[in-house]
Amino acid sequence: MNSLSRRKFLKISGATVVTAAALAGSAKTIVNAAESFSKKKGLEIIPSYCDLCFWKCGLLAYVKDGELWKVEGNPKDPLSNGRLCPRGTGGVGAHTDKERLKSPLIRKSERGEEKWVEVTWNEAFDYIAEKMNKLKINYGPESMALFSHGIGGSFFKHMMRAYGSPNETAPSFAQCRGPREVGFELTFGDVVGSPERTDIENAKCIVLIGSHLGENMHNTQVQEFSKAVENHASIIVVDPRFSVAASKAKYYLPIKPGTDIALLLAWMSVIVNEKLYDVDYISKYGTGYEQFTAEVSQYTPEWAYIETGIDPEVIRETAREMARYKPATLVHPGRHATWYGDDAQRSRAIALLNALLGSWGRKGGFYVPYSYSIPKYPYAPYPELKKEPLDNPNGKYPFATGEQISTGIREATITGKPYPIKGWFIYATNLIQALPNREETIKAIQNLDLMVVVDVIPSEIAGWADVVLPESVYLERYDDLNASPFREGFVGIRQPVIDAPNDQKPNWWMAKKLGEKLGLGAYFPWKNVEEYLDTRLKLKGHSLEELKKEGIIKGESQPIFFEDGVEPEFLTPSGKIEFYSNQLADAGFDPIPRFTKHPEPPSGYFRLLFGRAPVHTFSKTQSNPLLRDLFSENELWVNADLAERYGLKSGDKIKLKNQDGVVSDPIKVKATERIRQDCVYMVHGFGQKSRQLRSTYKKGASDAELVTQYKTDPLMGGTGMSVNFVTFEMEV
Amino acid sequence: MPRYGMVIDTRKCVGCQDCVIACKTENNIPEGYNRDWIVTESHGKFPDIQMEIRTERCNHCSETPCVSCCPTGASHIHDVGGVVLVTHEMCIGCKACVEACPYDARYIHPDGYADKCTFCVHRVEKGEKPACVSVCPTYCMHFGDLDDPNSEVSKLLQSRKWHVNLPDAGTKPNIFYLV
Amino acid sequence: MNELLEITTTRNNPHVDPSMGMWEWQIPVYLFLGGMVAGMMIIAGYFLFTGRHKEKNCSCFFIPIVSFVLLSLGMFALFLDLAHKLYVWRLYTTIQFSSPMSWGAWILILVYPALIANILIKPAKWMTNRIPILTEYSKKINEHPFLVKNIGIANMILGMMLGAYTGVLLSTLGSRPLWNTSLLWVLFLVSGLSAAAAFVHLFAKNKYESELLAKADNGFLVIELFVFVMIFLGLLSSARPHIEAAHLLLSGAYAPVFWVFVIGIGIIVPLIIQLLAVNHKVSHTAIAPILVIVGGLILRFVIVSAGQFSHWFNAHLH
Repeated sequence: MNSLSRRKFLKISGATVVTAAALAGSAKTIVNAAESFSKKKGLEIIPSYCDLCFWKCGLLAYVKDGELWKVEGNPKDPLSNGRLCPRGTGGVGAHTDKERLKSPLIRKSERGEEKWVEVTWNEAFDYIAEKMNKLKINYGPESMALFSHGIGGSFFKHMMRAYGSPNETAPSFAQCRGPREVGFELTFGDVVGSPERTDIENAKCIVLIGSHLGENMHNTQVQEFSKAVENHASIIVVDPRFSVAASKAKYYLPIKPGTDIALLLAWMSVIVNEKLYDVDYISKYGTGYEQFTAEVSQYTPEWAYIETGIDPEVIRETAREMARYKPATLVHPGRHATWYGDDAQRSRAIALLNALLGSWGRKGGFYVPYSYSIPKYPYAPYPELKKEPLDNPNGKYPFATGEQISTGIREATITGKPYPIKGWFIYATNLIQALPNREETIKAIQNLDLMVVVDVIPSEIAGWADVVLPESVYLERYDDLNASPFREGFVGIRQPVIDAPNDQKPNWWMAKKLGEKLGLGAYFPWKNVEEYLDTRLKLKGHSLEELKKEGIIKGESQPIFFEDGVEPEFLTPSGKIEFYSNQLADAGFDPIPRFTKHPEPPSGYFRLLFGRAPVHTFSKTQSNPLLRDLFSENELWVNADLAERYGLKSGDKIKLKNQDGVVSDPIKVKATERIRQDCVYMVHGFGQKSRQLRSTYKKGASDAELVTQYKTDPLMGGTGMSVNFVTFEMEV
Repeated sequence: MPRYGMVIDTRKCVGCQDCVIACKTENNIPEGYNRDWIVTESHGKFPDIQMEIRTERCNHCSETPCVSCCPTGASHIHDVGGVVLVTHEMCIGCKACVEACPYDARYIHPDGYADKCTFCVHRVEKGEKPACVSVCPTYCMHFGDLDDPNSEVSKLLQSRKWHVNLPDAGTKPNIFYLV
Repeated sequence: MNELLEITTTRNNPHVDPSMGMWEWQIPVYLFLGGMVAGMMIIAGYFLFTGRHKEKNCSCFFIPIVSFVLLSLGMFALFLDLAHKLYVWRLYTTIQFSSPMSWGAWILILVYPALIANILIKPAKWMTNRIPILTEYSKKINEHPFLVKNIGIANMILGMMLGAYTGVLLSTLGSRPLWNTSLLWVLFLVSGLSAAAAFVHLFAKNKYESELLAKADNGFLVIELFVFVMIFLGLLSSARPHIEAAHLLLSGAYAPVFWVFVIGIGIIVPLIIQLLAVNHKVSHTAIAPILVIVGGLILRFVIVSAGQFSHWFNAHLH
């Protein structure tokens, strides 16, 4: 039914490596495991890569007399170019955070009451292993599900597959960029990926739709955006809020929330009707263009004006502006794309607009990324799976490809269908803030026989666990190799630069020890992670020693644009860019995106929008003393006129009540001209309620708490979350 | 003798505070204190808004009310580059210099002395850029000798429009903001 | 001012943000005590200069003792304000010519000998009981009327310097527009004189002096009002930060306390009472002088606090 995605392709090729596993014996252990940093004198500069977000920038850690001093970018690293974002620079605070988890904990009262007994690692593993073995007997290994975020989860993924569970997910798909990947894959046969394959630095025209680069500090993108600004790229920003990026823009389009598809259709109609598209590109690579033209040409800017509130002339002008610079016009696909439940189609509309401009595969548009792929560790084959993953039963969401739907697993945990889920193993993802409708999450948790959380801080989700395992932070541990697809192939290493302050342990150690307790020792043939890494690197002709020194090994540079010789390849069923999608038509969806009206806030209510701040990632950095110092609580952006009508001034504290009567914690008002009157905005990740994390406890308000409604994307199961309306509760 | 200064491109600055954190780790600034900070200034009526974002710190002025008011000579102009510094062991913590600065760039360190941006003179003297400049992911900050017409900062000032903060305060600040 | 202008800063330094409040109660207390002592020195010096020390109950005998104590209290307040107390001796290893505070530190050093010399003209009994040799010194000084006169002059001059310095200290801080008026030293000097006159009037045993000082105080209060008018005229006809600074007192956040306590209770009411008293319409009571003294103290608090609040603004986005 679906096209063969590149990711699937990679998975298959990876599997062949596993079978060709005769090399295993040749690997030697090179370093003694427990090197201590605390005794060293003088200044040491150790390369590693960052974990403050998922971008994985290369870093240099400065350790002075055995104490972590500062963290800078590694100049050899292509992602950071030697410059980290504020979170990365503040990485020191992840190490020094006094509120970190210090030892393994086992729950001693009701779930969620956060009462614990400190135990040894051995006791914790025994407890977990006993429960997991019981689950395996009673319900089968598939009754365990893994939620994990980031590269640190890779050893737990391995452990779960060895245990026999197919259920492994992350909120990064159905709560974040899933719709985007699906929309692009349906159109171009490939995903945007992470890091995004956007050639921002060479773009002459950049269109940002709700994407707030600059507040969203994905390092490479911001660096490239800054270069584009310097080069006087024409920037068009579409956002209900006058973002930082909007202040750099030539055109700012203050769109009514929920109407982006109308704008995209109108833009495409102008480009089609005025024949501004890239004729050669489309005739060479496109298919279904005629049906597409016939459909989109009806969407005039005047029609879009009624929906979006954007002046038709501005729509025309900006469409022409995009066409003027094609193919170096980048309509940015965004990242957090789960807004209104029709997000895959909106993303497809963005993909189609890029296709019209001929920017996919072209300089100033989307490059073709390369990975410096390092062979997988030659493990023995995993046990055969007895059951399919249950996140998407019967292909309910036919285009949910590649990754599993976290909310699907949550639903199955509640209903017990198609088969029961009785254990959650959660690595480094605060599901309390990440998943919509907190009540459902807690309901699912109450159905569990076992819940394990691995984290560095006592996060909110850890508060609900049966067992909490304290992980050492990224600066104190090895992790798997990073070989992100990028402009050039490279591999980066994460290695410890400083000792963990207490009894925290790295994830690989936990996975191995627990795996052994579970009788899966055969799947952990390596003595320690150094041996694991060295084995992988040696399969590519490198060594751990070599990588530890520089932190980065680069592959040979290759062309990354069609015009430079990359062979265009579209892994769609037709092998072309699909302006008209038969796949979608066959599955009963719009083959060309259509605009549907979304409900608007009732009188006295405002749409709740949320986004990022440059110094925080999700809800995981708020207790970092360096980052907290700069941004300790979020504010509610309220249009200045609206605020005046309600008698609100900046700094006033109010509560928000959503359409379902859920009331937030108090939040400070920011009365500003920088936002529309029909919506309010806050930075995500605040209003945390972990009682063990005092520094973040009820600091600001949580948008996630107010996201009780979500609209599921029928294509891929993503949860559109910008569909909640709030009103002001004055008495605080 | 050089005259050190900064040229900051407000078009590129996104206000991410990387400079602030870099300063904090480089110079071990205590929690709750800032030697540098971000100012966001916008005017207009939605949606017609103009906005400037800039990273601010001590302007290392050429006319220094903070130095002239100091009763002990702790607040002084450094031998190299006109950098305004405070000698901790000479400072009595009278706060006059804090009051004297129209930019409010100084504070009293918890250890008792007046403190502020040093232009990372310990780095500059080794040929490095100040920490804030060296980490900025937007490359919006430039540091150099304003008296050298061939320096990057001088060239930027010749080729671009700029302003300084509080020109009317008469302090002749040495941090320039490109617009 | 401009409602459409939004400025946010991420800076959040203690006692600096959101508005300057580095100097707390210690500084106004010191400025007040310093100013009043300055006034008392001028008064005592004048009495010495005019030969009133020949009167048995001349105020010039208790003034320097009280001054000594009050000034020391003021300096102790100043010391309490220092954040780096162990380094206070650094003040006296240098003279910074551009720094009023450095000048002030050295003036204070000179003030004490002048006060002591004044005390020695006629030391109190409890002093001579303990240190009999003081009688000798006193005798020697009194043998030279010229010396007494010069001690009077020294007290007047140093008093003037001390009083003026308390104002100059603030007015040279150009970053605070409210202080940035060259008349601030006159205001503080006159206010110091007025508080001193009130204080001495309260305790003077000599009828003539008491009456003289009440009259003088009325003069000082009128001059003080006049200086206020001049200061505001100056600020209001200056640049926008200065206009805004003036409005802080006239109609802004500090207006209630300024009008009620500084102008009303501190100047107008005692002026009326004392005018009636010196014209023998009412008898002298302690009310007027106490109001003057309290008003003088509140004046220092208002000026220090409002001055710190007044600031330059970012002017370039207009």
